[in-house]
Amino acid sequence: MQTKLNSNTPMPSFVIADKCDGCKAEDKTACQYICPNDLMLLDKETNKAFNQAPEMCWECYNCVKICPTQAVEVRGYADFMPMGGVVQPLRSSDTIMWSVKFRNGKIKRFKFPIRTIPEGSSSPDAEMLTGTRDIKSPLLRTEPESLDTSELKSL
Amino acid sequence: MSIREQFETVEITTDLLILGGGMSACGAAFEAAHWAKENKLKVTVVDKAAMDRSGAVAMGLSAINMYLGLKDDQNSIEDYVKYVKNDLMGITRDDLVANIARHVDGSVHLFEKWGLPIWKDDDGNYVREGRWQVMIHGESYKTIVAEAAKKALEELGENGEYFERVFITNPIMDGNRVAGAIGFSVRENKIYIFRAKAVISAMGGAVHVFKPRNVGEGLGRSWYPPFNSGASTYFTTKAGAEMTCQEVRFVPIRFKDGYGPVGAWYLLFKAKSTNAEGEDYMEMNRAELENWGVYGKSQPLPTNLRNHLMLIDERKGKGPFYMQTAEAIKKIAEEEGDEMAAKRKLKHLENEAWEDFLDMTISQALLWASTDVAPEEKPSEIGATEPYFISSHSGASGAWVSGPKDISPEEYHWGYANMTTVSGLFACGDASGASSHKFSSGSFTEGRIAGKSAIDFILDNKQLPSVDTSKIEEMTDEMLLPMALFEQHKSHSTDRDINPHFIKPKMFMFRLQKIMDEYAGGAGSSFMTSKKLMEKGLEFLKYMQEDSHKLAAESLHELMRVWENIHRLYQAESHIHSMLFREETRWPGYYFRTDFPKLNEGEWKCYVNSRRDPETGEYSVFKKEMIELVKLEE
Ligand SMILES: Cc1cc2nc3c(=O)[nH]c(=O)nc-3n(C[C@H](O)[C@H](O)[C@H](O)COP(=O)(O)OP(=O)(O)OC[C@H]3O[C@@H](n4cnc5c(N)ncnc54)[C@H](O)[C@@H]3O)c2cc1C
Ligand code: SF4
Ligand code: SF4
Repeated sequence: MQTKLNSNTPMPSFVIADKCDGCKAEDKTACQYICPNDLMLLDKETNKAFNQAPEMCWECYNCVKICPTQAVEVRGYADFMPMGGVVQPLRSSDTIMWSVKFRNGKIKRFKFPIRTIPEGSSSPDAEMLTGTRDIKSPLLRTEPESLDTSELKSL
Repeated sequence: MSIREQFETVEITTDLLILGGGMSACGAAFEAAHWAKENKLKVTVVDKAAMDRSGAVAMGLSAINMYLGLKDDQNSIEDYVKYVKNDLMGITRDDLVANIARHVDGSVHLFEKWGLPIWKDDDGNYVREGRWQVMIHGESYKTIVAEAAKKALEELGENGEYFERVFITNPIMDGNRVAGAIGFSVRENKIYIFRAKAVISAMGGAVHVFKPRNVGEGLGRSWYPPFNSGASTYFTTKAGAEMTCQEVRFVPIRFKDGYGPVGAWYLLFKAKSTNAEGEDYMEMNRAELENWGVYGKSQPLPTNLRNHLMLIDERKGKGPFYMQTAEAIKKIAEEEGDEMAAKRKLKHLENEAWEDFLDMTISQALLWASTDVAPEEKPSEIGATEPYFISSHSGASGAWVSGPKDISPEEYHWGYANMTTVSGLFACGDASGASSHKFSSGSFTEGRIAGKSAIDFILDNKQLPSVDTSKIEEMTDEMLLPMALFEQHKSHSTDRDINPHFIKPKMFMFRLQKIMDEYAGGAGSSFMTSKKLMEKGLEFLKYMQEDSHKLAAESLHELMRVWENIHRLYQAESHIHSMLFREETRWPGYYFRTDFPKLNEGEWKCYVNSRRDPETGEYSVFKKEMIELVKLEE
């Protein structure tokens, strides 16, 4: 029942046709999986992804960051951005590397850490105990230990 | 086959139902799972997107805006309450803010253990951006928090369930007790009926109720995300819950067009903002602050008053306005003394400035790249955005909820912290009102409070509420009506969108935005409105209520758009009713009532609460007394 609402015009987030392999025809493509606004769709005929309503795109770059073939890029909103600027990330397991290309051709690179422990290795309680079993007590899970104070402070 | 027959119905029965998958929903899931496990209860979470990257933190953040530092006595809980109350021109529930404030540091410590990189100084202390904020490398903030929430659910085994890509449309009621929620999958033809003993509404705030400044491709570049569409306000309103502060919208000043954050520039780099002549409009217009009571004398100045001082200049044609980035950078470098140190410092600052954008508003980095901005060379434009509904930030609209027993005055406490006036229905984050400045960490924390409290409620109310199956059938038909309408009439015209028998959600949204912009004080009206204008606006909203039954959808995606805009319509309606009722101007940089241009502490230092009668659809709007636990200094 999904229909294509818009032509496949490259706008805010756009897919480079040559690079997209439709996530190898898996039933869930990565970009469709992640978009918080449900914008990325797979064109069943061409097996290529596209942004079905670019004017609703937040340019959050989540589709860009997740695409396994780096097929998604962002072209700045044309109604207020002069052409030529490019901001492209490359996200690894613990860092993100950003390349910023200016309209005048200048390039800047930035690298930031994104997490301190491997994905999937956290534990909810982080080995801290909850100081009560009383459901009516104001103490929350892992408190007071996680507060790093001996007791819950109040007004 | 009729549209209804093309859909499978999935029925889920649970103890606690958490709606949303953002910061507050993750907090609720993390907390509730623990107490549910102790008591062998079931917890179900439903998000319209994928929790890893859903809600306002989808892109990441560069700071945690609420951290008190209680362990080192950096601040007191009372300090925080004063700060929030002052920023909201006195209208704040002290009990709710204090409750979040006493727990929030623990949440931040948990984030750190879960792998969030928080900046530390040489002594191992968190690096502060301002008095309340700590700096983070927050690109994966939401992914990290979602991981903990999902793991907490997994610890419940089959008693922990998570549904993604299910859009919630409506509450299911059993009199004044919530009995669950109904929604549909945006991926496959499935209707979901959730039955529960308690429900937490945590579906974020509302964006695109007002006309945004960018209306082409840039329509989606609202400061707050376009996918927060008023579901929280709609859900509690539809359930018949009392709402509060629905007039208190939020208008941030941000870098113009890209809406990049300014916090680091003001707080970290100590930059000044000026009008086109290079004049500090805050200084120039200082006398105006005399008109705004004790709030105008306070430090920091309330957000809306800062806006107001800029808007005064804007109305005089003194724009564009600038963040004086070059000046600030130069000053910092000069303070370094020798040239080498200054260079190193500059490089460092440059990294920080870009990360601030790249972590949470990448478009702003793209705009700087597109316009060859080097912040050390020239200033950048700033401006007011369009209005949003976000009680977790510097707005306050949301459900009127019970405070905690050990802090709240009797009038503000009815059994369970964060429960609305509807039995079993809880609200947190952007969904609960009059407790602003929770931000990401406070929203998560308030979710925890609601999560534990809801389990407490369930243990005291073990009976599953009853539901009327014929009513559910009716709601299902109503939910799918837009698809049925499209099927029925689509062959009438050769254009899928233009048809006298229906209206598509996109144009419906544009109509709403136009009405709100022109009659309810949107950006296009310089945030000014009056009784006459609002009454006219309400007249048009009435047509919209009627036309909402003619909304059509040709896909599941469009069906979601339909319901998002029905949700927005209710947010708009309650907003106008509340602004109309409050006959004064209290938040001049958010909206200005030209017919009541002054602050009136004598009559209006109170909450404006409202309730929509679920049977008749009539709104009643009324004053609610303010009981203060903390006093602002005169
Ligand atoms: C640009 C920007 C900058 C910010 N800066 C900071 C900062 O520096 N520091 C800080 O601490 N905070 C910051 N915040 C604030 C912070 O993001 C919010 O306070 C917080 O996310 C609010 O949490 P919430 O759970 O109420 O809403 P959200 O986190 O937005 O979650 C809403 C959830 O509801 C879901 N949902 C919505 N409608 C439905 C529906 N109908 N059915 C099912 N699910 C639905 C959404 O998918 C989402 O999962 C910023 C926010 C933005 C947008
Ligand atoms: S994630 Fe990349 S490869 Fe996969 S469908 Fe989307 S654009 Fe194509
Ligand atoms: S940039 Fe974000 S909002 Fe836009 S299509 Fe990609 S994931 Fe969706």
